[in-house]
Amino acid sequence: MSEPDEILDCRGQRCPLPVINLARRVPALPAGTVVRVLADDPAAAVDIPAWCRMRRHEFLAAHPAAGPAYDVRV
Amino acid sequence: MSASPVYLDAATAAPLHPVARQAMLAALEDGWADPARLYAPARRARQLLDAAREAAAQTLGVRADELSFTPSGTTAAHAAVLGGLVGRRRAGTTLAHSAIEHSAVLHAAQRHMAAGGDAVSVPVDRLGRLDLDAWAAAVAAPGVALAALIGASHEVGTVQPVPAAAELCAEAGVPLYVDAAQLVGRAPLPAGWSVLTASAHKWGGPPGVGLLVVRKGTRWESPYPADERESGRTPGVVNLPAVVAAAASLRAAAADAATEAARLTPLVDRIRARVAAEVPDVEVVGDPVDRLPHLVTFSCLYVDGEALLHALDRRGFAVSSGSSCTSSTVRPSHVLAAMGVLSHGNVRVSLHRDITEADVERFLAELPGIVADLRAQAGVTGL
Repeated sequence: MSEPDEILDCRGQRCPLPVINLARRVPALPAGTVVRVLADDPAAAVDIPAWCRMRRHEFLAAHPAAGPAYDVRV
Repeated sequence: MSASPVYLDAATAAPLHPVARQAMLAALEDGWADPARLYAPARRARQLLDAAREAAAQTLGVRADELSFTPSGTTAAHAAVLGGLVGRRRAGTTLAHSAIEHSAVLHAAQRHMAAGGDAVSVPVDRLGRLDLDAWAAAVAAPGVALAALIGASHEVGTVQPVPAAAELCAEAGVPLYVDAAQLVGRAPLPAGWSVLTASAHKWGGPPGVGLLVVRKGTRWESPYPADERESGRTPGVVNLPAVVAAAASLRAAAADAATEAARLTPLVDRIRARVAAEVPDVEVVGDPVDRLPHLVTFSCLYVDGEALLHALDRRGFAVSSGSSCTSSTVRPSHVLAAMGVLSHGNVRVSLHRDITEADVERFLAELPGIVADLRAQAGVTGL
């Protein structure tokens, strides 16, 4: 998997905190930045792609074995 | 301020129908004996049981000897899956099922897999509709013993294409089990199934009664130790007063179903439209057209599902949720996950015969403020 521009560590956070923290981080980032969210709450696997769809960001990939991790292009 | 409570969780358990209460009280007087014995009180109990079976079968449009009463909807679902697999073990060991089955069906599938069997999960689209191409491939694969499809989603209300799915099963020679828990007593039953289950407390009957219907000619074998009750399909003496109440309330609910559907469908349309318009950052999920008349689900971005349920409860609204923080596991609802829709801040509203337009209006008037308060408390407003 290619290296992201930013890593957001949300491990240990319960839903909906990983999505909230991703939403808080994004406004400070230049368009096109790739953020990797590390989140071990199983709901993140559903909610991060859903958030990308609702907020029109690009969900790139899920890496279930690494974190788990979710890559998002803002 | 304490307005009267509004119960909006009929999909879990509908309030007891008045007919059920009357029937149960009468049957407590007259139906306490074991219907299998050979003396006068037993014969009275047998008559009550036979009449209940006849009434329930007639309401569903099946033969009385095809219908068994079970101790719950869950046990009926377990028996449908495991008995359908046992009965067809010579054809294969695979269960094909939709990704949005009730957990009772999925737990039976897990038991089957733990015993060496296989299961194939067929996906749904964003609206929760079965992928019929994937279904066709799954049921036509070699070694499929049984297919299981929920008639309509208990979590998001989407009605499934049972007739089309049943045709594909028939072409493949695979019997179809339909979990009709949310349809029976509310909507017409689809055609084409071989095994069907339902649960009395979903239509206003008492808890503790399920229905298991096995059509004539279906290869189905009881997965339980031998017992002669209920045509050998489910063991143990039935709870006769509850069964009598279930059958009486089923007939009453089915008689009113078309009228109730015509009354509740526009109320659900109103909830769908107003929630989407008046609560910011909300996803109203499920098929807006091919859906159950009484059920609607939505998810509120950045809101904790458990906090939302408690806030609604404090204002007198009883709803349920598919968010992970509201369940005993940490996993979000497998139905919302299969659809790929937001799983946190999730609310399921399900209406019933006692719900009025005024109740729905009060819910719609209070919901936006409740969500806004929770977002303000969590510091997520405007994110």
